[in-house]
Amino acid sequence: MRAINWLGVLPFIGILVGIIYANRVTPYLFGLPFILGWLVLCVLGTAVIMGIIYLADPANRSDAEDRR
Amino acid sequence: MSAALIIIFATMLIALALGIAARRGRTMDMEQWTVGGRGFGTIFVFLLSAGEIYTTFTFLGGSGWAYGRGAPAFYILGYGSLAYVISYWLLPALWRYSNAHRLYTQPDLFARKYNSTGLGVLVALVGVVALVPYMVLQLTGLGIIVSTASYGAISSTTAIWIGAAVVTVYVIVSGVHGSAWTSVLKDILILAVVVFLGIYLPVHYYGGLQPMFEAIDAAKPGFLTLAPRGQSIIWFDSTVLLTGLGFYMWPHSMGAVFTARSETVFRRNAVFMPLYQIILLFAFLVGFAAILQVPGLKGTAADLSLFRISLKTFDPWFIGVIGAAGVLTALVPGSMILMTAAAFLSNNIVRVLRPGMSDQSVALLARALVPVVALVSVLFTLRGGTTIVELLLMGYSFVTQLFPALIGALMRRNPVTTPGAFAGILVGVAAVAVLSLTRATIGSVLPFLPVPLYDLNVGIIAMVLNLIALVVVSAVTRGTPAIAGADGRQIAGK
Repeated sequence: MRAINWLGVLPFIGILVGIIYANRVTPYLFGLPFILGWLVLCVLGTAVIMGIIYLADPANRSDAEDRR
Repeated sequence: MSAALIIIFATMLIALALGIAARRGRTMDMEQWTVGGRGFGTIFVFLLSAGEIYTTFTFLGGSGWAYGRGAPAFYILGYGSLAYVISYWLLPALWRYSNAHRLYTQPDLFARKYNSTGLGVLVALVGVVALVPYMVLQLTGLGIIVSTASYGAISSTTAIWIGAAVVTVYVIVSGVHGSAWTSVLKDILILAVVVFLGIYLPVHYYGGLQPMFEAIDAAKPGFLTLAPRGQSIIWFDSTVLLTGLGFYMWPHSMGAVFTARSETVFRRNAVFMPLYQIILLFAFLVGFAAILQVPGLKGTAADLSLFRISLKTFDPWFIGVIGAAGVLTALVPGSMILMTAAAFLSNNIVRVLRPGMSDQSVALLARALVPVVALVSVLFTLRGGTTIVELLLMGYSFVTQLFPALIGALMRRNPVTTPGAFAGILVGVAAVAVLSLTRATIGSVLPFLPVPLYDLNVGIIAMVLNLIALVVVSAVTRGTPAIAGADGRQIAGK
């Protein structure tokens, strides 16, 4: 497996391990209790990480045909 | 007729018209009906996947859990992200195989990979048994939505019959094309409604998000974090992991995979699907806003929190818009479920029993079975029962049991033998059934474990038993023929 794909492990760590430390109300993040704000950050971070993996993946350059 | 009712019925009619129009210009053979001729691009596949994921569960269950349980609801936000990470590698592999072999359904995949139509029958049965509660869930939600939004003018029973009839008609006519077209309407409406409610209600009643959460935290200390016991961090992690793995095991989710035109579609969606998850945050915010404004909804009634607070806040016409969005969140997934269950029964069970059937008669029978599945689901719905989330969790546990055998099948050299796959799925499903029916917990089944582990999701037991059966039976039966992935030609008609 290509090294950059290991970035895909980060969402697992952020959500499954991070929750142990994030399980609290304060400080508020974007007006949300910390635990909820943390999970929202993880979700957004997942999109960013998958975007990086997508751009780095040579498989996505071969067929750009599909749009609808 | 109230303004709300007019809007809801107009939306149902538009959905019906869209669903029927989706057929235009196509001959509805099995290929078109079940997998849309394998011609869907990124946006349609995105909408189909989103169509299945953002269901009445998102709408009522997401806000209902936030209202009734608080922090445990956040697990819903967690598992999707993990599933999308997995999807980046899982779905292209699934698609390549099913496209090369022109498969229609999830049981086809198992049957083909393990060279056993019998395994296909088993997977089809598991699928149908899991899909019916999911359909019940949609219909229950639809009933709640219409009866509430019509201010009681239409009973939920009447609404359920009407909704089921609408879906049945457009599924028979247009198959997966109907689902794809109606999901366009649904996603626009639900996105607009939930985001608006999630921002407007906290601001209107509390002056902002943080003041709202501070008020909740003061009124109900501990509500906004996971408890040390019960729905604890261990519960959260085990539930997120299990549901994350089970995510794409839903028969209709895998069905959406088969509709794609190319595998790039899935890698692109893996980037955008997590963003779409944020809609769940807004559903939570609605539930939280309701806690102090419409207190006292217990048990099943918690699923009503979104509507109760909306009724208190808005004019009837806007209740109609919310109701219309809610109805669509039931119809679109409902259509996928009906189509998938009917295709399983026809293609993977009846065809196996009567091997001579042509593709044409299989397609015809599948469409004839749609009203049958719909009727069974309506009858189950009207007999009522558990709250929305609990129903979903049981179906989830069933389909999750397919995960180990599927992953084995996708490996270059499959370590799982056909009897091993049978044993794993059978043992896993039996365990889920026993555990659910006896309302077991880890503590009652494995009392010798350290106490904090009592909070593990009970589905873990079924998964572990599944894996043990799969490994042991595979080890014993190794060396028998029918190595998975072998390109058997036994499956009728392919």
